[in-house]
Amino acid sequence: MDLFLSQLVNGLVYGVLLFLLASGLSIIFGLMGVVNLAHGSFFMLGAFFGLSAVKWTGSFWYAMLLAPIPVALIAALMEVLFLRRLYGRQKLDQVLLTFGFSFIFTDLVEWGWGKDTFSIAEPPSLEDSFAILGGFFPSFRLAVLAFGLITALLLWILIDRTRAGAMVRAGVDDGATAMAIGLNVPLLLTTTFASGAALAALAGVVAGPILGVYSGVDVEVLIPAFIVIVVGGMGSLKGAFVGSLLIGITDTFGKAYLPEMAMFLTYMTMIFVLLARPSGLFGQAQIR
Amino acid sequence: MKPAFAPMPTAEVSRKFAAFEFSALLLALAWPFVSDAYGTGLITEVLIFAIVAMSLDLLMGYGGLVSFGHAAFFGVGAYAMVLGSIKLGLSPWFGLMTGVAASGLAAALIGFFCVRMTGVAFFMVTLAFAQLLYSGAVKWRWLTGGSDGIGGMPRPHLFGLSLADPALMYFLSLAAFLMSLGLLRVILRSSFGHALVGMRENETRLRALGFATGRLKLLAFTLAGAFAGLSGALYAMYNGFVSPDALSFGLSGTFLLMVVLGGVGTLVGPAIGATVFMLMKHFVSSQTEHWLLVVGIVFVCCVMFFRKGIYGLVNNRRQGE
Repeated sequence: MDLFLSQLVNGLVYGVLLFLLASGLSIIFGLMGVVNLAHGSFFMLGAFFGLSAVKWTGSFWYAMLLAPIPVALIAALMEVLFLRRLYGRQKLDQVLLTFGFSFIFTDLVEWGWGKDTFSIAEPPSLEDSFAILGGFFPSFRLAVLAFGLITALLLWILIDRTRAGAMVRAGVDDGATAMAIGLNVPLLLTTTFASGAALAALAGVVAGPILGVYSGVDVEVLIPAFIVIVVGGMGSLKGAFVGSLLIGITDTFGKAYLPEMAMFLTYMTMIFVLLARPSGLFGQAQIR
Repeated sequence: MKPAFAPMPTAEVSRKFAAFEFSALLLALAWPFVSDAYGTGLITEVLIFAIVAMSLDLLMGYGGLVSFGHAAFFGVGAYAMVLGSIKLGLSPWFGLMTGVAASGLAAALIGFFCVRMTGVAFFMVTLAFAQLLYSGAVKWRWLTGGSDGIGGMPRPHLFGLSLADPALMYFLSLAAFLMSLGLLRVILRSSFGHALVGMRENETRLRALGFATGRLKLLAFTLAGAFAGLSGALYAMYNGFVSPDALSFGLSGTFLLMVVLGGVGTLVGPAIGATVFMLMKHFVSSQTEHWLLVVGIVFVCCVMFFRKGIYGLVNNRRQGE
């Protein structure tokens, strides 16, 4: 029972980390039709900037605040200087472009920090752990879970209840019409791309003490995030949330109870959903 | 959808390229006699990768089906070769055929699901299947040796001559490359090839004309998988070793880069792309550690500025003259 409970918490923690990554990926896809293969790199860059920020400032909290800033800037530059020029072309070009960038980022990270595996230390105030219901829960993981859930709520309010969110939704539904009624779609795209990257970078910092910080972590988190948005439905925030928790829990329980099969479980889930419902659980538009 | 693809070569361009191809063939035949063992090995690798790049072009350039998991079939061919030889004691010749058959079969099975998808969903689901095989290769240590891979497979003998001789391994790869190029050309000039291009341009119309487009796609997927398997099996024979890297996401991306670099939808282009990629890798890796950075920049530049690849670049210049 206690193993079950702590696995459940671990699964949820992994799930909310995936959500921070997948929500940006999904909204970017919905808005631009671009599968951003460099999204894992933003996570990785965030983790490494966070690592350095912790070293400089000595504080995990400052790292959470600082690390997403350079990543958002890099993403904004990437969108303005490169991606934007390709909007008239077929989507494949943009996917290939982001793939090229993922190589560049991996090399730069290895150049700057080396190929070792690092870890960000947990903030000292969250080093202890709770014993509840016979289970044993590190406070840091519970804090990550709470942080993820609050971010999800804030993101939902932002997208669903604010003017900026309405613009994003209009862009996702029909970019051409949104432009025609006077929305500044290029600005919207840059902002969304950069915000998605910042969110991924934030996930990288927060995941630092859990998943570690190393140069291959980008692919390690990108592929589960893909699975999440395929399962949840591309372009849907709700889908990204449900998909993240589903994949987080499936993966964690798989690893605990069926270690031989764990890696298959998530891929099988994705393949099954794609075949049964190609637009995902909450996707409305047919994927093209 | 269509403007990004290079057009089918016209008769005039084909004639010009025939001269190029003839010179390239002469150079290829003479190469082992003028080069040292290292250079021969390098071009052996080039020829092997050219096969898989062309096979991916059949799928993405002619069929319009962009696969992000083509390494799956390369890897299956490689594993079939090594496992057949080491665990079952099969003759490596039979292993080569097993590699092709296993990849073709895997492609037919996986393709059965994948061809129902279009666009982004297609590349996602091919990626998912490739990752599935990759995790299988990592997890099932008893069969695959896990992430360390399996090796120690000696090069086989051909008519009493050992392929451990670099020149013989080279000529075997050259023969396989020429056979693949010839076969792929025949395939593309057949009515199936024309139907495939028609489907890329307008699937709805082709279906209205009475073509079973699902079956067309599946056939293209299976053929591409089988050629990738040949390439993988040869690569395993060349190295005497296989590891999960042969199935990896990164390798699938490398194949895509070779095709994009050479010119999508030109068949010879991707072979040129594979050549340039391998030579560049050899040269850059010997000069600097930042090979990935160079690959990334080349990839970005290709997509941004040379969308028709090297083939298109040469083609345009010739037409300008």
